[in-house]
Amino acid sequence: MSILKARETILAGAILALLLLIATRFPAFVSPGNLAAVFNDTSPLILLALGQMVVILTKCIDLSVAANLALTGMCTAMLNIAFPGLPVAALLLIAVALGTVMGMINGLLVWKLDIPSIVVTLGTMTIFRGIIFLISEGKWVNSHEMSDAFKAFPRAELLGLPMLSWIAIVTVAAFFVLMTRTALGRAVYAVGGNPNAAVYTGIDVGRTRFAAYTISGALAGLTGYLWVSRYAVAYVDIAGGFELDTVAAAVIGGVSIAGGIGSVAGAVLGALFLGVIKNALPVVGISPFWQLAISGAAIILAVAFNAKAGKTKGRIILRKAETAA
Amino acid sequence: MSLSHPIPDRLQSPLARRLKSWESLLLLVAVAIFVANCFASPYFLDAWNLSDATFNFTEKAMIAFAMALLVIAGDIDLSVASIIALCSTAMGAAVQAGVGTPGLVAIGLGTGLAAGAFNGALVTRLALPSIVVTIGTMSLYRGIAYIVLGDQAYRGYPDSFAFFGQGYVFWVVSFEFVMFALLAVVFGVLLHKTNFGRSVFAIGNNATGALFSGIRVQRVRFILFLLTGLMSGIAAICLTSRLGSTRPSIAMGWELEIVTMVVLGGVSILGGAGSIPGVVIAAFVMGLVTFGLGLLNVPGIVMSIVIGALLIGVIALPRLWSMLRWGA
Repeated sequence: MSILKARETILAGAILALLLLIATRFPAFVSPGNLAAVFNDTSPLILLALGQMVVILTKCIDLSVAANLALTGMCTAMLNIAFPGLPVAALLLIAVALGTVMGMINGLLVWKLDIPSIVVTLGTMTIFRGIIFLISEGKWVNSHEMSDAFKAFPRAELLGLPMLSWIAIVTVAAFFVLMTRTALGRAVYAVGGNPNAAVYTGIDVGRTRFAAYTISGALAGLTGYLWVSRYAVAYVDIAGGFELDTVAAAVIGGVSIAGGIGSVAGAVLGALFLGVIKNALPVVGISPFWQLAISGAAIILAVAFNAKAGKTKGRIILRKAETAA
Repeated sequence: MSLSHPIPDRLQSPLARRLKSWESLLLLVAVAIFVANCFASPYFLDAWNLSDATFNFTEKAMIAFAMALLVIAGDIDLSVASIIALCSTAMGAAVQAGVGTPGLVAIGLGTGLAAGAFNGALVTRLALPSIVVTIGTMSLYRGIAYIVLGDQAYRGYPDSFAFFGQGYVFWVVSFEFVMFALLAVVFGVLLHKTNFGRSVFAIGNNATGALFSGIRVQRVRFILFLLTGLMSGIAAICLTSRLGSTRPSIAMGWELEIVTMVVLGGVSILGGAGSIPGVVIAAFVMGLVTFGLGLLNVPGIVMSIVIGALLIGVIALPRLWSMLRWGA
């Protein structure tokens, strides 16, 4: 596929066109400072969309990411209250570890018990949310209870960009290497493309899925701390429904829900597309209540477009049978 | 995948098979929960209390019946709760325009059908995966409700409209419960006793095979989405009538509870297997758990832990059991 026809190029073009359209009326929106702010605001979605992409590539889905994020966030916030002296590095480590464990639970259920991923993560999603309520007794952790160091980390600037943005950038780079340069990356594509063939080439399908969930969980844990410290509040319902945004970002970015197709650049662009819309609506003067409907329409359009683009590939022997399957 | 069962040297007797079925296991769970509830709270075993308890699941179960068929055929509809929001918003807007109760019912059902038809058309005409389409329409439908309502609410439903969600047919038997029972029978017959039901199973097991045996696969799938939309419309009428108001966040998160109900009822999420009696029992199980814990003053969110654990547990336990038994 030539680079001009690639899904990522088209999506990047769509984002640029969107930005240009906004710029004609509101030039301030495309100032470098504001674009950096939009990127920073979209960073949590980018992190989670990457994790979701890896899981979807293996023919699974992770609906528990937002609940994982919220639970990890609550844990770090409560740890911060209990031990205000705990350094941020330790908190980060704990957050990633907690998220990883939750991801592993999903992965084990999918791998060892062969339970469909949508059922597993639907269940763990409600369980994680419930646990937040149990440990916090339904109370909020507010800004004044958190230590300054806890809140300062994602905002700390390095070379003009906040830490949150840097973490997103580094993660994107790491994922690029992971997906295109490592055996695990190849295995993820192989498992999603054709699980049976993957087995014959010596790839352990279950173990690869377990790895995918572990990665997704680790990212959700990391984002959990960043989310809570950035918004300086933790409660049961933070990031409610965000799991669908991560799926939406991946799908808009051209990741096939059937597995095996998708790229890091696509997922990042999908997240940025949603991020630009979210940040542009109030600027353009459209009620934020439109956002949900617009992202819904974007998902449908993107998936319809992707299906059209993918149709020419492969040999179709029996046309009707193909569409029925 | 890794589980391989040795072929038994003789078939089980029909009675043994029935006793070991998913439905019997689930029925046992339901009875156990019922008995536990009786011991846990002295207020549980009261006709009016039990009648109130049914409102916990009747609306969700109506949609779960249609969803069961959809899942058996290998599809899923995550937009059902958003369809409720859309239908409720449409009815609320109609109330402001002075439409009476019959008109409201027609609008509720019509909106549900239209939303289901849109899902069905996207899935069957454009050959898109249903999970993605309905994640999209889930945002779209609820998004429309938010655009129309914002942070406002519709009120002022006519008094006669209140019957659907608050009325009783006789004594403690509510209109909703009668509707639930009636729809259970209708869907039970449709799935288990008609050609249409057979074709639903056939499509879920092998869509290509079904097509080659003369089943109009795309048409059946479209009808299933239509049915799910219609059921969401009926549930929207009941819920709106019960609450007496419409907010855009109405029925938020129900899609997952409905899918949980369907899977708990023994419907294979991979398609091809399941039964309506199973879904009916699952509805009672979920309703009883929620209501019993409610009587014990357990907060709603903690109940969701139980529901989540139930969902994973009922699927994991038989698999763990067979792994231990066959030494997988």
